[in-house]
Amino acid sequence: MGPGDVALTVVDRTRALPRPARAAGVGGRARVQPPPGRWFALLPALFVGVFFLWPLVTVLLRGFTPAGLGVLGEASTWRVLRFTTVQALISTAATLALGLPAAYAVHRLDFRGRRSVRALLTVPFVLPTVVVGAAFRAILPTSWDGTLAAIVVAHVFFNLAVVIRVVGGFWTHLDDRYEQAARTLGAGPVTVWRTVTWPLLRPAVLAASALVFLFTFTSFGVVLVLGGPTTTTLEVEIYRRTVQLFDLPGAATLCMLQILAVVAVLVVAGRLQRLLTVRQRLTRAAVAVRPVRSGTERAVVGLTLLEAVLVALPLLALLAESLRVGDRWGLDWWRALGVDGPTTRDVAAWSSVRVSLGYAVGAVVIAVVVGGAAACAIAYARRGGALLDSGLMLPLGTSAVTVGFGLLITFARPPLDLRGSWIIVPIGQALVAIPLVVRTVLPVLRSLDPRLREVAATLGSSPARTWRTIDMPVLSRALGVGAGFAAAVSLGEFGATSFLARTDAPTLPVQIGRLLQRPGEVNSGQAAALSVVLVVVTALAVLVTERLRQPGAGSL
Amino acid sequence: MSATGLDVEDLTVSLGGRAVLDRVDLHVDPSESVALLGPSGVGKSTLLRAVAGLVTADAGRVSWDGVDLTDVPAHRRRIGLVFQDAVLFPQRDVAGNVAYGLEASGRRGSHVGREVERLLDLVDLSGFARRPVDTLSGGQAQRVALARALAPRPLLLLLDEPFGALDRDLRERLGIEVRGLLRTLGIPAIHVTHDPAEADLVADRVLTLEAGDHGARLAAT
Repeated sequence: MGPGDVALTVVDRTRALPRPARAAGVGGRARVQPPPGRWFALLPALFVGVFFLWPLVTVLLRGFTPAGLGVLGEASTWRVLRFTTVQALISTAATLALGLPAAYAVHRLDFRGRRSVRALLTVPFVLPTVVVGAAFRAILPTSWDGTLAAIVVAHVFFNLAVVIRVVGGFWTHLDDRYEQAARTLGAGPVTVWRTVTWPLLRPAVLAASALVFLFTFTSFGVVLVLGGPTTTTLEVEIYRRTVQLFDLPGAATLCMLQILAVVAVLVVAGRLQRLLTVRQRLTRAAVAVRPVRSGTERAVVGLTLLEAVLVALPLLALLAESLRVGDRWGLDWWRALGVDGPTTRDVAAWSSVRVSLGYAVGAVVIAVVVGGAAACAIAYARRGGALLDSGLMLPLGTSAVTVGFGLLITFARPPLDLRGSWIIVPIGQALVAIPLVVRTVLPVLRSLDPRLREVAATLGSSPARTWRTIDMPVLSRALGVGAGFAAAVSLGEFGATSFLARTDAPTLPVQIGRLLQRPGEVNSGQAAALSVVLVVVTALAVLVTERLRQPGAGSL
Repeated sequence: MSATGLDVEDLTVSLGGRAVLDRVDLHVDPSESVALLGPSGVGKSTLLRAVAGLVTADAGRVSWDGVDLTDVPAHRRRIGLVFQDAVLFPQRDVAGNVAYGLEASGRRGSHVGREVERLLDLVDLSGFARRPVDTLSGGQAQRVALARALAPRPLLLLLDEPFGALDRDLRERLGIEVRGLLRTLGIPAIHVTHDPAEADLVADRVLTLEAGDHGARLAAT
């Protein structure tokens, strides 16, 4: 056998190499397949088609009138668009500047109280936007009312959690041996950051920035409460034109403008993300935190602790304001919550707790059923999964005000007249919650080892039983987490609900928004008290649903 | 050709457009353990998966006691499979894993409990019934996987490098144990390995799968 023969053998061997058995399980010829995705796709496709796409098209058609398009000729429209963009850019930059050091500190460094600080910093994420607005009205000086600074501060408070979660979640699994390798090659801390850490981290930072930009660009509750006549976003302007000016064509045109802007941001972010993404192996387990060493690290931890205090401050201020009556402390505002106002519109503020909980149950049921089916459809689809996936993400990209406005004008006449029907509110809230449910469930379903289904089959389990005993337990646990998100969204949802809730049955955020728009200590005191109630109810709902997923006590 | 036991005739399988198995013929008697040797990646696992009904063959026939199984889905074949890394159901404890196949055939109640106990005893894990599966060592997990595969009384057991992840001593000890166990229970087996020493230890007969131009072929040694 000469050298040539060896070479030939090597070539042959490589040609004969089949794909590994594991890959075959998901390959085209594998026989044990998950159930067909199209059965699951039916419900979500129908739901999103009827309750999102149809209203969206209705809104767009409304805008295509001479009167509607006339809005584009007004100088004020472009001023609002400019301010919306500028405040979103500043808010995003400020959130990143404060969020990145905190993300590093709570995920990579070991210091006393690390876990509590991390939990505290992520609390604002589930807080209703109106509560954030109310909290900042309580602590900021009155001279800040209606200023850009007030809006930016509140946005940073609200979105710090997004940066810490998205970037921090990635950072914990960033293999620190890359950095160690660079150090052994003679790179100093700054060079390591510039040449290793930052390029690897960039995609996560970009993803977080895109999210924060979208949240602040379409910000409604915060701006409605803290903004002023010249400091307003498109989202608030859409609301104002609909509710106060009854200029539906103008509002529809602005909705269109906003959708275009959001789509443009998503496209650019997607492009950048693909350009910047580096293929790398993330560690399976979280990288261990290590003690604080350098002066820089001590400064980072100090900054993070300061941020934690600043996050706690508005919440405490809210509690204080609810108890502050003139120049003494008392429960007057809390007692006032139970008293009916002079007109039928002014129902006792306390009654909105019951209203909110009722809608939340409806929204959670819809979001879990539709979102769960959608996640299955996407995970099991042999083709078309990506299409359904992006179709379901649309409501998240579209502003909540547009969703509410669309539902309002579409279902106010036959064939489907839902005016005055309670179901329209949970439907609107569910549309906003479904993308979050899908995002929670999908990765879990996708990570399910296909060999588990194969083992089940070799043990004599029919496809139906295999789905029930293998997929379902995993699915239901993930849905429990999704239900928690959906409950928090529903309880705090303000943009869509402010259009859809009946005037005599306002939800907690809508009631708080109303109280904040009226002058006087009686109203701001009650708003603060009701905000405290909303925070407690939201926290309880999240805790209860998170607890619900425990009985299996599985270890996935 | 014998009418009893497993018969694989002319089995040809390709995955993702690449030929993996090329006209493989294989016979396993109802009373014997066969070892399947071959370099890693040659198609040993694919052969087992085709016999179990987990992949569709392009051509050829798989039958048991003369009954054609080619179009019978995996869950009606009564052919058990043990993977290299156990693949235990994470949401079930040890007993729940072993009971899975019994419940699939509609058995319920105290009978299942007794059967699970007997099987755990058989693989030397009595007292482990209520243990969560993520607390088991590699060897223990593999014993549970074995008990689970034996529970529905398969006609044939396929072992895909069942001890490949374990160290040599443990691998040999478990290999001998399993051979004894299968002989006692009268269950035939195909035991895939890439270690010739292990093959001699666990089987009555050793076959080798070799790479060819149009996929792997079987050669007797």
